[in-house]
Amino acid sequence: MSRIAEYRHLAPQGTVDILERLAERVRGRRFLHVSGGRLGGGSAQSLRAVVPVLNDLGVDTSWEITGGDASYYTTARVLQAALEGGERVFTEDGIERYVETNRMNAKKLDLHADLVFVHDVQPASLVTERAAGRWVWRCHFDCAAPQHGAWSFFRSVVDRFDAAVFSLPQYARRLGVPAYILHPSIDPLSDRNRDLAPRELQTVLASLRVTQDKPLLLQIGPFTRGRDPLGVVNAYRIVKKHHDVRLVLAGQAEDDPDSREVLADLREAARADEDLTVLELPADAHIQINALQRAATIAIQKSIQEGFDLGVAEAMWKGKPVIGGATAGIAQQIIPHVSGYIVHSVEGTAFRIRQLLNNREQIPRMGAAGREHVRRAFLITRQLLDYLALMVHLAP
Amino acid sequence: MQAATHPFVFTGCVELRQALGLDALDERELLDRVREAPPDSIFFHTYGYFLRHRPVTTAYGNDFARWAAVEARDQILSERLAVVDPFSFATLDELREELVTIIHDHLRGVDAMVRLPFARGFHFQQSHIVEVPLGPEVSTLGEFRDGLARVDASAIYLHTVEARVRRGRRSGDFGEWFASSLGMPALADEVARIDAHLTTLERVRGRLLDLVEAALQEGDA
Repeated sequence: MSRIAEYRHLAPQGTVDILERLAERVRGRRFLHVSGGRLGGGSAQSLRAVVPVLNDLGVDTSWEITGGDASYYTTARVLQAALEGGERVFTEDGIERYVETNRMNAKKLDLHADLVFVHDVQPASLVTERAAGRWVWRCHFDCAAPQHGAWSFFRSVVDRFDAAVFSLPQYARRLGVPAYILHPSIDPLSDRNRDLAPRELQTVLASLRVTQDKPLLLQIGPFTRGRDPLGVVNAYRIVKKHHDVRLVLAGQAEDDPDSREVLADLREAARADEDLTVLELPADAHIQINALQRAATIAIQKSIQEGFDLGVAEAMWKGKPVIGGATAGIAQQIIPHVSGYIVHSVEGTAFRIRQLLNNREQIPRMGAAGREHVRRAFLITRQLLDYLALMVHLAP
Repeated sequence: MQAATHPFVFTGCVELRQALGLDALDERELLDRVREAPPDSIFFHTYGYFLRHRPVTTAYGNDFARWAAVEARDQILSERLAVVDPFSFATLDELREELVTIIHDHLRGVDAMVRLPFARGFHFQQSHIVEVPLGPEVSTLGEFRDGLARVDASAIYLHTVEARVRRGRRSGDFGEWFASSLGMPALADEVARIDAHLTTLERVRGRLLDLVEAALQEGDA
């Protein structure tokens, strides 16, 4: 069965028919994505799913990546952090080398297409070498409050595109070009989200030493202050006074001292509590995360830092109620009191967990509502519709 | 079964959203922005709510009421905005005037209001509708019923809301086809009376199917 045929059973009725009709309209035109790499999460994770399906639909779609020396990657990383609002120092020399490296990238890459989608900061200045076709900058992060110096350089780059695309209107800057809004999506056929047979699920859980003898609370995400795993531990401790539950925190420490400190604090907390498990997982632990989300009784995504955080949609797709922090990205995904709750504090998190544990019949009801919400709003089929509609709109 | 003088083509749609860079961080700014926003943005945040909130019952009725309740925490304003039924206005300007009047009158009784952080503000958008003909054409009421039962819900939206409000076809595409091509003005009238406010596209589909089924049975009797 082709991938498209498989989506027909998962997407809302009629969606794949619209996809096929739209694909027919853009057949014969070339669609190109350019990103900073093929590995990891964010844009690369999305493109790994989207590009093959567009080709399955008969839309000629390719994916190029840019590269350079260490200083190129460093400048791009620092520039993106500054555009996300962090206070960073970068030099004019570094910026010049970044622009020059992308000029060389432009000579090596085949950038001829009817619609060119350039993802995030690293490849963005390729637009200075643009030839034919329409060029769109796809920004996957919150760019609403950038560092002034970084924005004054980068705005001149963005304004050379024909349009920009953001995940939420809150993440957008006022630009000289139209700014479209496309929510990210999850792929229900990927290892991260596909159905797991009971035996496979139990094998993966056993390998992680996670048992289901008690209600399982779960937060997936990097061990950073922005994701507030320590706040989740404190909420769990309030709940633990009333309910015999387990808490699993699964993710990765980032390469900075603050994140390592968070992880050390979590390990210290777990040392004294056998019901608290901290799992450091590699970036490609998709099946493990899938299994944990399926095993969870309640999913928590208590972020306090902005970001779309598709872990919410992933957990809802697995039929779990989600208690999420009050960020714009999470609020976009959870329907409050229908598929989960939005919380603003440790106490609020504990309150909602207790509410669900004391009213267990709500758990499957909310889970089912969340899955239907994701089916319509956050599956890859919806994102493919958005891409094709944008192509029809911008490059008719 | 009577054949139509002109066939009907079901057309689905994809809504492409555009941020306008118009933001309101409190209720007073909301009033100013509602006054100056383009008509397509007023449409997006009122009628368009119907398309985007189809999986669950529309809890607030429009984006302004939702924002007032969830972000501004102004429950009175939210309730006053939620009761506005966009389908009862002949033009977008009339609808805008009603929203402006409600917010303006409400603000007279408000001494202080909280200024929200940017992420929790009201961010005005508008949409571009990309139409997608779904085919095949239908020529009888029976074929229409079968097509209506299986088309993507966006087709219900396009043929009812978009057709009436932005394309100026006041009876909607279904009603116009029943009256002018099938010669069934009574069915067209019944379809026009479907109350689409505060419901879902699937429920509208269900009511349409009930009406069409009843008309088919009447034709057999």
